[in-house]
Amino acid sequence: MTELDCRGLPCPAPVLALAKAARGRPDGTELAVVADDPAARVDVPAWCRMRGHRFLGEDRAADGVARYRVALGA
Amino acid sequence: MTGPGDLGAPPSDGPPAPSGPPSAAPPPPWTDLDAASARPLHPAARAALLAAYEQGYADPRRLHHGGRQARRLLDDAREVLAGSLGVRPDEVTFTGSGTEAVHRGLLGLARGRRRAGTVLAHSAVEHSAVLHATDWAVRDLGCSARPVAVDASGRLDLDALREALAPGDVAALALQSANHEVGTTQPVAAAAELAGLAGQVPLLVDACASVGWQPLPAGWGVAAASAHKWGGPAGVGVLLVRKGVRWRDPYPADDRSDLRASGFEDVPGAVAAAAALRAVVSEAEQTGARLHRLVDRVRREVAARVPDVDVVGDPDDRLPHLLTFSCLYVDGEALVTELDRAGFGVGSGSACTASTHEPSHVLAAMGALTHGNVRLSLHPGTPEHEVERFLDVLPGVVARLRAEVGM
Repeated sequence: MTELDCRGLPCPAPVLALAKAARGRPDGTELAVVADDPAARVDVPAWCRMRGHRFLGEDRAADGVARYRVALGA
Repeated sequence: MTGPGDLGAPPSDGPPAPSGPPSAAPPPPWTDLDAASARPLHPAARAALLAAYEQGYADPRRLHHGGRQARRLLDDAREVLAGSLGVRPDEVTFTGSGTEAVHRGLLGLARGRRRAGTVLAHSAVEHSAVLHATDWAVRDLGCSARPVAVDASGRLDLDALREALAPGDVAALALQSANHEVGTTQPVAAAAELAGLAGQVPLLVDACASVGWQPLPAGWGVAAASAHKWGGPAGVGVLLVRKGVRWRDPYPADDRSDLRASGFEDVPGAVAAAAALRAVVSEAEQTGARLHRLVDRVRREVAARVPDVDVVGDPDDRLPHLLTFSCLYVDGEALVTELDRAGFGVGSGSACTASTHEPSHVLAAMGALTHGNVRLSLHPGTPEHEVERFLDVLPGVVARLRAEVGM
């Protein structure tokens, strides 16, 4: 799974990083973004809903920062 | 003078000239589409305000001629306001703002109902005035907070409310009449019925977003409103305390004519607020119907013309003049700035570059996209062609901002 590092970046950076990483990748690809921006908790699932991806859930990176996992395509 | 400008229309004649070379091109016209933040003083209020500054400056508690005159103006204002809201005059208290009315209203219920319960329940999408008053009560009065979930349109979940009321420890429930960010109307009467069944729990209804547009919903025990949102002056709020509701003043007492108020009464402000409300209520049905249709159109057109946009809030059961949408990949403040440059004043619930970095708790509670957010709120006199111009300009502005970040 590709993990994107958006520590310290404000919104909409985490969603932007996901959208760019999703380009050219096939459905079913799993991506994760690590972000301390509190908006990401709402915006990553909202991005999935709007773009037809699947939100897999939130866990934590090794340093405790929130990590959001998604699967491309429905 | 009559004309669209007299219906509380925003300025549409351009901002103050920027300082620059005299040969600079004139700025585009600027149209205020942020009526939910503030409306210009209604002409009826302006006339009343000036007259009351002449005749109503004295202390309304004094028994001399000037005092009696001020007292009469204040009593008249209270009566006119009560008539426009459909309440009793002795239920009306003038405050320094809508925020103060919310604070006094909620904390007064917490105090009056201390023996019945210590929990302050509130919908997850209340105005920050409710959240701050609740925080204060948690810190200083030993209360606890119980947020109640909303659905994706921002409407209170009545099943969640039933659950929140079940333990029987709720002192008061705060529920707005309509949401200030997304416009969704709340089921106040249904919530009041549930709260009544659960041990006569009173409702604090924050009606700041709706007064002047919609009648006060049935079921309030205490309610709050704000004059500058209906075309009255800023610095005038209204607290309503229904007869028989257990409410105790949470602040130090004062010796004014109204025991729920403190400080020297702003008689001219009260007079102007009442005159404005009477005027806008008489126009509300007609202007509301026009703006409701216009907002319907904007909701459809924004969704059709801008890709990757989340148009949020209830499409029908809502405030007539307000809509909110969020654009993927766009910084909300950049969007507000670019739209201002294009000649439109709009609000935003995004906080991408704000110091807090906290997204709008309203959008978050709804699961709506929080970045790239724009709140449009029309004035009674907003011309249709300016809304058309907005719809023409918006797609290009969003596309440009997306291109800047590689989208």
